[in-house]
Amino acid sequence: MNSMRKFEVLRTVMAILIALLISFVVIFFVSEDPFNAIKWLLTGPLTSKRNFFNVVEAMIPLIFTGTGVCIMFAANQINLASEGAFHLGGLVAAVVALKMTLPAGVSPVVGIFLAACAGALFTAIPAIMKIKTSADELVSSLMINYLALYFSTFIMKYFLMDPAIGSASYPIPEASTLPTLISRTRVHPGIIVALAVAVLGYVFLYKTRIGYQLRLTGENQKFAEYSGISIVSVILISQLLGGFIAGMGGGIELLSPIYDRFSWTSLLGYGWDAIIICTLAKKNPLYTPLSAFFLAYLRTGASIMARYSDVSLEIVQIIQGVIILFIVAQQFLSRYKHKMIAQEAKSALKDEEVA
Amino acid sequence: MEKQIVLQMLNIMKIYSNGVVANEDVTLELEKGEIHALLGENGAGKSTLMKVLFGIETPDQGKILLNGQEVHIKSPQEAISKGIGMVHQHFMLVPSLTVAENIILGVEPRKGKVFIDFNKAVDEAKKIAETYNFDIDVTAKVEDIPVGIKQKVEILKALYRGADILILDEPTAVLTPQETAELFVQLKKLRGNGHTIIFISHKLDEIKEICDRATIMRNGRSMGTYRVSEISTDDMSRLMVGREVAHSFEKEAAKCGDVVMRVRDLTVYNSQGVLKVDGLSFDLRGGEILGIAGVEGNGQSELIDTLNGINKKYKGTIRIKDADIQRMSIKDVRNLKVAHIPEDRMVSGCAGTLSILENLFSNQYDRPEYSGKMLLKRKAIEKRSNELIEEYKVKCRSNKQAVGMLSGGNIQKVIVAREFSSAPDIIIANQPTRGIDVGATEFIRQRLLEFRNAGCAVILVSADLNEIFALSDRLAVMYKGKFSGVFTDVSAVTEEELGRYMLGLEHAEKLEGAIYE
Repeated sequence: MNSMRKFEVLRTVMAILIALLISFVVIFFVSEDPFNAIKWLLTGPLTSKRNFFNVVEAMIPLIFTGTGVCIMFAANQINLASEGAFHLGGLVAAVVALKMTLPAGVSPVVGIFLAACAGALFTAIPAIMKIKTSADELVSSLMINYLALYFSTFIMKYFLMDPAIGSASYPIPEASTLPTLISRTRVHPGIIVALAVAVLGYVFLYKTRIGYQLRLTGENQKFAEYSGISIVSVILISQLLGGFIAGMGGGIELLSPIYDRFSWTSLLGYGWDAIIICTLAKKNPLYTPLSAFFLAYLRTGASIMARYSDVSLEIVQIIQGVIILFIVAQQFLSRYKHKMIAQEAKSALKDEEVA
Repeated sequence: MEKQIVLQMLNIMKIYSNGVVANEDVTLELEKGEIHALLGENGAGKSTLMKVLFGIETPDQGKILLNGQEVHIKSPQEAISKGIGMVHQHFMLVPSLTVAENIILGVEPRKGKVFIDFNKAVDEAKKIAETYNFDIDVTAKVEDIPVGIKQKVEILKALYRGADILILDEPTAVLTPQETAELFVQLKKLRGNGHTIIFISHKLDEIKEICDRATIMRNGRSMGTYRVSEISTDDMSRLMVGREVAHSFEKEAAKCGDVVMRVRDLTVYNSQGVLKVDGLSFDLRGGEILGIAGVEGNGQSELIDTLNGINKKYKGTIRIKDADIQRMSIKDVRNLKVAHIPEDRMVSGCAGTLSILENLFSNQYDRPEYSGKMLLKRKAIEKRSNELIEEYKVKCRSNKQAVGMLSGGNIQKVIVAREFSSAPDIIIANQPTRGIDVGATEFIRQRLLEFRNAGCAVILVSADLNEIFALSDRLAVMYKGKFSGVFTDVSAVTEEELGRYMLGLEHAEKLEGAIYE
């Protein structure tokens, strides 16, 4: 139904506008010069090439984890371990770069591939626990992220640490890093891989038979079961794939020009952000680049604002929170929706009478 | 003498959030002390109209006058306080509480301010049961009493809350003929006491029997209000359906083929450990329809879910085409060409949020016609889905429309189209026409007959006795997990006889006709 889609777009836009409005109110309360702050927040990323490409580079990890979460959530597997998968992906990429001597060009490919595999194995843990013991993946995947964090820190400190720095690994050798795509920015080939992953994720979910099984299970597991679909394989495949993509994102992020060492001693939050991305994209990977762009733009804007005004960066958290609240609130604009539908139905009735 | 009008619902319009116009300019007037039938097919908008009256739904247009004064009923609590009571099709009782506790629930007599006065509750429940001549043990637990009594409890519950206008939503749907007769006696007494009753039904003979007037609905519209004594059943049915209905089917004699399913000593416990299917044995042959009648909850659902491979925890054997299905997945069973129309279409029959197209292929998407190794063959699926929509007359805007947006009958058609298009040898149909309009019902029944004529074996579980009688070649009655009777000559069975078997009043001494040797 076309009007339904329009309504969903309208709802999302309204949520964003209301969130911005609320943030403006907050800015008015806390800032000496609110207009200046708002100006930087909204237009900051457009003020220079560097600022704009900051948005682009910030999008990359969001697209990866967002697409991974879309695939898992589309199958109704609420696995939150992409945070840990991303982290482990970074670690594995660093290990490959530092411990394996491979020719330039091959090294990052191997590193990223193994990072992806590590991510897949990691998110599969809650999946297997669910299949074997029917443990709820939401809880187990949430807790397991800390395992990934402390395991990574342990490996880094014992095997990779550069004593000169103390809290980071030795520098990633040149042969393993990803080049920059555009001079004087840190945009790297990861953006191309990310966009490809988003498109492939869409093709997978909407055009392949396994994707169809996943979505059917996600929308109504009983129906999928009754239709003869193996729920066990759906649980496993969706979460393996989700982790694979998140791990790949972690590997790419670490080998990108943004980092020169493995220095992740706390969780980076891309797995949590992925849930926002997935919510905005309505579980469709094709829309993750758009959602990622929006979120990255907002954050870049906020950090520029924090630099040039007296409002702090955390304002972004308010905006995000409000947006998500409004989007997931089923009743938001439901009256308007009902009116719209009633109107449509009435006019359809009139058409029938005329005909 | 002019009768006093107690309630008027004027020009009610109700549009649901999925765009379905359930009521379009409906007007209903009730006279004091009448039994007023609200007659219409499933999906005609009867229940919606009553939900509006009972404050569950807000109308988009129209007004309600109670004793001549306009009222806005925003919640069931408000409806109750205005003297309107409703007995839902599915009972709203707490099974673990006693009859008396259920009756007083929400309006409990108190000891002090805090404690419920249970003795007084029992007294009051007894008193109200006596007032209305209901013969009920108010100290019995609701879970232990039969359906017919549960319904009485529901009625008492409404009366206890001071209902003058009583809405009964298809009260006879779950009752046996004997229980129905008893209910009617009670309703007549209530009418004598000055209560006004709205009796929702699509069973014409029942309406003829006890109703004074009838408002007939079709397709969300009111087709007028008539004195039941002045209108023939044929006229009523024409107004209800919009055309003549074939009441009986042309049915050629069954040409039975080989046995395709052998069930021996099947025993199933449900997840709470209650015995639901108790040592059942029967055979099924190609080209026959085996009807299974019975009051709901006597093990039919458990039997069906075991036959089609969903439930794996059973004792005994099920052999489909000589293959034991114990260790088979649902997919394996389906690969034996078993199709299944599930009991609850929204729970396991479809994914409401997905499109019609996506719902039409859940059992066939992996066939080579529709899928390569990886990618689905979009064009083939698209083409086939449009063919199916046309063949099965699914009313929709396009194959992209979400199934949940369709009416019940059309959702059922999508399910049936999917199951029948899989070229089955065995069809297991559980309540295939429940809650859908007459047109769709006829269509589905006709299809089932066509499949049977083509040599397909059919198991039909239905609460609709007309359906059972019209379609079955063999008829089994389930009572407490067993067949209480099996009839090989369906035409020789009367409805009353069937009712006695359904209630367990009668048991076949020796079951014959279940097994072919």
